[in-house]
Amino acid sequence: MSKVRLLVGTHKGAFILNSDGTRKKWEVTGPHFTGWDVYHVKASPVDPDRLYASQSRGWFGQVVQRSDDGGKTWTAAGNEFKYEGAINNHKWYDNSDHPYAFLRVWHLEPSLTDADTVLAGVEDAALFKSTDAGASWQELDGLRHHPTAPTWAPGAGGLCLHTIIQDPTNANRIVTAISSAGAFRTDDGGTTWKAINKGLRSNYIPDEDAEVGHCVHHIAMHPSRPNVLYMQKHWDVLRSNDGGDQWTEVSGNLPTDFGFVIDVHAHEPETIYVVPIKSDSDHFVPDGKLRVYRSKTGGDDWEALTKGLPQENCYVNVLRDSMSVDNLDPCGIYFGTTAGEVYGSADGGDSWTTIVRDLPAVLSVEAQTLS
Amino acid sequence: MIRVALPANLQTLAGTGRFVELEVGAPVTQRAVLDALEGAYPMLRGTIRDQTTKKRRPMLRFFACEEDWSDAGIDDPLPEDVAAGKEPLLIIGAIAGG
Repeated sequence: MSKVRLLVGTHKGAFILNSDGTRKKWEVTGPHFTGWDVYHVKASPVDPDRLYASQSRGWFGQVVQRSDDGGKTWTAAGNEFKYEGAINNHKWYDNSDHPYAFLRVWHLEPSLTDADTVLAGVEDAALFKSTDAGASWQELDGLRHHPTAPTWAPGAGGLCLHTIIQDPTNANRIVTAISSAGAFRTDDGGTTWKAINKGLRSNYIPDEDAEVGHCVHHIAMHPSRPNVLYMQKHWDVLRSNDGGDQWTEVSGNLPTDFGFVIDVHAHEPETIYVVPIKSDSDHFVPDGKLRVYRSKTGGDDWEALTKGLPQENCYVNVLRDSMSVDNLDPCGIYFGTTAGEVYGSADGGDSWTTIVRDLPAVLSVEAQTLS
Repeated sequence: MIRVALPANLQTLAGTGRFVELEVGAPVTQRAVLDALEGAYPMLRGTIRDQTTKKRRPMLRFFACEEDWSDAGIDDPLPEDVAAGKEPLLIIGAIAGG
């Protein structure tokens, strides 16, 4: 029988949650890396027992951990992230120039074809690559040398590259997103990059449809249709049908279109999920109700999913990497909250159960389907 | 043997207790002690000082014999009692928050 493993990063360590294919009972192990921020843990799609974890702490900097046994044991990998060539400036919050400096790894994206190759999205915004299982890292510096890079400014969380999407049909195409610069795409394996923000409108920048300056929170793609991208921006939910060349807002009847997460059903490429958040000043769900919204039409037409979720006195947030889906049928959906709960649905979102509660604030959730 | 006290988060990272003991040849300096520490516990590389510049991370301090050695030269000899193993070199995380 198939199994599901959830890799949960929190503000005070990582947790691994295991269940069989019924997804009714869960075994919780951890914390791993106690007391450290674990921004992201993700498994190689080539070798499901090869896990990579980003462990950081303001005092002690960045550590990258690797496991070869599904998270039972871990080994510290390389943690030297050196920017290539000259250090350029980006903008600081007060619009002054600020030199790029490495702070932490936000997101690890293992290769679709090689368990030893992994991409890392970091703060200050840059993309790194390792081809030796994390032992060493090289910057794909074409992105940081994009002509607009000196104008990029950080969002509240910092100038972070938080989203990395690999095209399963084209190894040279990668889509990334940076807060608060926008989305970028390479079609040559990372040498050159194109800003892909046409159709985005952001009223917190002087020119609301500028080439860059948009606070993209997350992007999702279904592997069967790599040209269709879904975006949760600071405000607005959008979709693109052409790999990001043009975006169209699909917020439709959402109660608020601010939010962080967005994800796609494993078997229905037009079924997508978001968790609306009240506003950029109130980072919690509206009306004290935790509601996942599902669109079966690729956006615009949304329905609230509430069964099993708290519908009063709830004031949590769901951060950008904190939703994931498994590949079982029916598709399982999972998300974690800033209050430390991890919720799961084994029926595509129709009903939800609390898998675990009272963890530290959840930073990321990744689901693995194991045979 | 030189004794070094690690902050809690580095103890969990290195899998040690509070104190580690290191063989360090003379002269016993910050650089020599940290080289030996990172040699024995490679997972600590980059967590105490920058891997390239060797500059101390800003929220860490080095104390020894009731004195703050954080801003001393990295090649300055540490106190004799540290070199003799009578007193530890304390690596301290700044108190921040709470």
